[in-house]
Amino acid sequence: MIKQPQKHLSFAERNRRSGGYLLKRRAGETAVSLVRAVLLLGLCFMIIQPLITRFLKSVMSSEDLYDNTVILLPRNLTLDNYRLVFELTDMPVSLLNTAWICAMISLCQVFCATLVAYAFARFTFPLKKLCLGFVVLLIIIPPQTLQVPLYLNFMNYDLFGIFKTILGHPLQLHGSIIPYTLMSLTCMGIKNGVLLFILMEYFKGVPVSLEEAAYVDGCSNVRTFVRIMLPDAFPIIASCFLFSFVWQWTDEFYTTNFLSGYTTYSSAMSGLRGRILGYYAETATGAASGVSGVKIQQLTAISVLVCCVPLLVLYCFTQKTFVQSIVMTGSKE
Amino acid sequence: MKSTGYREHWYSGITDAVGVFVPWSRNYKTIASRRARTGFLFMLPFLIGFIAFLMKPLVQSVVMSMSEISLVPGSGYDMKNVGIANFNYALRVDAGFSGSLVRSVTKMITNTLAIMVLSFVLAVIINGEFRGRLLVRAILFLPVILYSGILPDIENTTSTYKMMAGVAEEVTQSGGVNLSQGLQDLLAVSGMGAGVFDFLFRLIDSIYEIVMSSGIQIVVFLSGLQTIPQSMYEAASIEGCSAWECFWKITFPMICPLMLVNCIYTIVDCFMRNDNEVMQWIGQVMYSQGKLGPAAAMSWLYFAVAAAFIGISTLIIRKGVGMIHD
Repeated sequence: MIKQPQKHLSFAERNRRSGGYLLKRRAGETAVSLVRAVLLLGLCFMIIQPLITRFLKSVMSSEDLYDNTVILLPRNLTLDNYRLVFELTDMPVSLLNTAWICAMISLCQVFCATLVAYAFARFTFPLKKLCLGFVVLLIIIPPQTLQVPLYLNFMNYDLFGIFKTILGHPLQLHGSIIPYTLMSLTCMGIKNGVLLFILMEYFKGVPVSLEEAAYVDGCSNVRTFVRIMLPDAFPIIASCFLFSFVWQWTDEFYTTNFLSGYTTYSSAMSGLRGRILGYYAETATGAASGVSGVKIQQLTAISVLVCCVPLLVLYCFTQKTFVQSIVMTGSKE
Repeated sequence: MKSTGYREHWYSGITDAVGVFVPWSRNYKTIASRRARTGFLFMLPFLIGFIAFLMKPLVQSVVMSMSEISLVPGSGYDMKNVGIANFNYALRVDAGFSGSLVRSVTKMITNTLAIMVLSFVLAVIINGEFRGRLLVRAILFLPVILYSGILPDIENTTSTYKMMAGVAEEVTQSGGVNLSQGLQDLLAVSGMGAGVFDFLFRLIDSIYEIVMSSGIQIVVFLSGLQTIPQSMYEAASIEGCSAWECFWKITFPMICPLMLVNCIYTIVDCFMRNDNEVMQWIGQVMYSQGKLGPAAAMSWLYFAVAAAFIGISTLIIRKGVGMIHD
């Protein structure tokens, strides 16, 4: 007998046939979707909202700022606040400084971290366990504990007495970029332990057979690393570079301690409040002497916005690369 | 049966390890030794940096924390050993340190628990299929970029711009009705102990900070969730497991190893934040009051507390993972 094709049944008919199960299941799924949508919408709003508020309030002129009827949408647009903040934070210079310093330091950090992580992941050598303990110590110890001794060390930098014999006095390395570059080149930069950990987990996941095949074909250890490991590791190295760049960009501790000779944007931001007060004290006319808290907040918010915008642009283009490295770390556990 | 010529003494391990570098030893020319030498060379920058920039300052910091320091302008500093007087000062005499330490540690514990729970729940939610999933993931990772370094400190001082976080104070100031405050008052009036809910209310008021600190944790949990094969869930649902049972019997045990990594990262992150009360107090003692010895002692106490917490949580989680995996 030829089987008749099924007619398209209505929802009510299918529900009846399943004994009421279909309706319950659909209702449950819809409820879950609704709750999930509300929750995620709320969270995303919480995260995005400060950016939007800052941006909208940054273009408000003074009348709108003190006007109680203007909450978010400005009536009088002005770019004066931007001009003022640019002037107070030495704008093109500080941002460019930050950009090249971050790029250079991140390169140094990632370069060193790749080498060291490869060693920890693929080789066995004496004192390896001790050095792994050192890595854990590196992650745990807050840099603030070492702040004072490092500062004093670099004030009178003397490598085993060499400089004293040559120059007659120890080196004063206090404002230059050399101390921090040295630290980054030897895996002591900002959050370097986390970078080491991520790269170590990645290199542990590379199959041993690849290395053995390279060995059979006559590659030395260094050549295996350069020709085989590095090209495959390029995505994760790129994401480590991005992480390091972002951490360095917003960092305040290392910049104020070790890079005080250069105007970086984060040090400009931390000193902004003092400069705003100074500016208004200088240019105060008779009636408007001093500056209100709201104005200070607006200007500070603008500086934060200017700091975030390059990072946001970077994030938009490289968002996948950021997440990828952590995904790799997690999936190897 | 041991072959001749193979010497096994109690010191053989040490001599073999040293012999990797010593050209005339018996195992210098083996392949293993060659690889060990290369590996050691690769690792050398880290060792140099660690000894020069961490070991040495660490030892100096310990010495400093036990001495009284006065800066001699022009040629460094002058130290005088005073034993544990600095620690005594930090714990007993100093006005703000012990208080801010206790507050900071309490905040760290509550925040860590909240961050772990919240990021786990969010990871499970995002793991499901729904429209806009990639966008939500991108937005939830955004705080890692925008809430690091100097920015939390500045955000705390510009409270008009974080509506959700500052809404409690704003609403009460403008005379409106604040939901959490109202709930607290209701509970106080009805006679229930305030302390029980104090913890919860403190969490709710700091939800902005918790959400902004859980970016990386969410992604780590998410990656772990994605390694669980779908066939497990299908087999379980065939056997008749409800969703709740599936969660506790499949998802939770397979995620437990990642909890250790996340917990350690969260604790370390909490301790190193710049807007930490203790850090700011130490900075103030160091720069405005100029007492370098007590400042070093304080930062050592802080580090000791951090290390203790990391150790305790590692033990707890390892024990818990061991129990679950039985």
